[in-house]
Amino acid sequence: MKGQKTLGLVSLVGVGACTIFALFVLPPDRLQGEVQRLLYIHVPIAWVAMLSFFMVFLMSLLYVVQRKLKWDLMALAAVEIGVLCTALTLVLGSIWAKPTWGVWWEWDPRITTTAILLIVYIGYLIVRSMSDDPDQRARWASVIGIIGFVQVPVVYLSVFWWRSLHQPPSSPRSMASAFGTVMLLSFVAYTVAFTYLMIRRYRLAQKELAIEMRGPEEAP
Amino acid sequence: MSDLLRRASAILRKDLLTELRTRQGISAMLSFAALVLFLFSFAIGPNTALLGQLAGGLIWVAIIFTGTLSLSRAFQTEELAGGIRLLRAYPGDPRAILLGKLAGNLVLLSILEILLFPAAGILFQVDFLPHLGPLLLVAALGTFGFSIVGTFFSALTVHARARELLLPLLLFPALIPVVLGAVGATDEILKGDPLGRLAGWVQLLASYDVILFVVCLWIFPVILEE
Repeated sequence: MKGQKTLGLVSLVGVGACTIFALFVLPPDRLQGEVQRLLYIHVPIAWVAMLSFFMVFLMSLLYVVQRKLKWDLMALAAVEIGVLCTALTLVLGSIWAKPTWGVWWEWDPRITTTAILLIVYIGYLIVRSMSDDPDQRARWASVIGIIGFVQVPVVYLSVFWWRSLHQPPSSPRSMASAFGTVMLLSFVAYTVAFTYLMIRRYRLAQKELAIEMRGPEEAP
Repeated sequence: MSDLLRRASAILRKDLLTELRTRQGISAMLSFAALVLFLFSFAIGPNTALLGQLAGGLIWVAIIFTGTLSLSRAFQTEELAGGIRLLRAYPGDPRAILLGKLAGNLVLLSILEILLFPAAGILFQVDFLPHLGPLLLVAALGTFGFSIVGTFFSALTVHARARELLLPLLLFPALIPVVLGAVGATDEILKGDPLGRLAGWVQLLASYDVILFVVCLWIFPVILEE
């Protein structure tokens, strides 16, 4: 419990420091101006989203092999973080894209694949809500967790080829060293925050499951 | 291996027999597909040149909508009669159930496509006949990809509440490579493949089919457990 609190504190300080750096310390971008500061949140959150979905894949595989409910609960924790971060990635990206590219949405393979992933994992959460049996739920979810991840490269490739009819996708510019350092720090800070959220959500899921198994009357 | 195929073909035979006795499924599917083609024409307007340009996309969306309706029947008819439980009770590899149901879907969809392509050709004024060979290949690859993922998710959702909503919700995002690949390839074939992109789309479809077939077959026993 003590370690968990420390981890929470570290995440808060880390993410807070990165935000302060991004908002007040770094100068505005020469080409994009103030709006570029969004990227210090957008990019690490996108990273956390991908990390979460990879965790879901791993936990689902572990569940299929070992059939222990703890893997399913961890997958659930990761999916919820992943869905939140994917939605945030898309929203922040849109806000950044409007002044920079002039449009809210671009059929870029990365953006399109991200949006498809969001739908897939919302589907994952809906499937979970459709069963009251923890084992059945875990089996359904693990299957979607595995297939949802396996299809990512094929989806990306197919959108990439479809897009290449029109124009090449935009590529990120290289960044000056100060920007790069803050970006690197953000990656570390957000990954720590991800770990903290994973642990908290997993503990909560354990308690929810315990209540579900015993019935609400006997719960503490 | 031969045991697996024998069991799968027994399931296929049973499903086809049930279908032949009533013919409810296939006639409903065909009417639905025709309606979808009409709805597209109404939505886009009587501009034949435009409809002809969009033909590839419209046909594949019609196939996928109709196929999804027929998929939800594949396991539901079993579920209603408690058949899934009986099928599972038989000894042997449960993958035979997936293979048998997959084969049944392929048969139904092939019948649908044999009628749908000429109908779309007439309605949208597209001539498919000169491109029959490549079109057959693309149709086979696209239909197989759709059927494998569709049969799999149909088995997954059969016990769930609100399965009619759940199946397309899970299925459509997983089908995006099939849609892009099949539509892309069909368009290239109809245009005579000016940019030489047909081979790429066919490879994409083929690799999707192989990857999803292997993964679905591997993991299928997990969703059948009780």
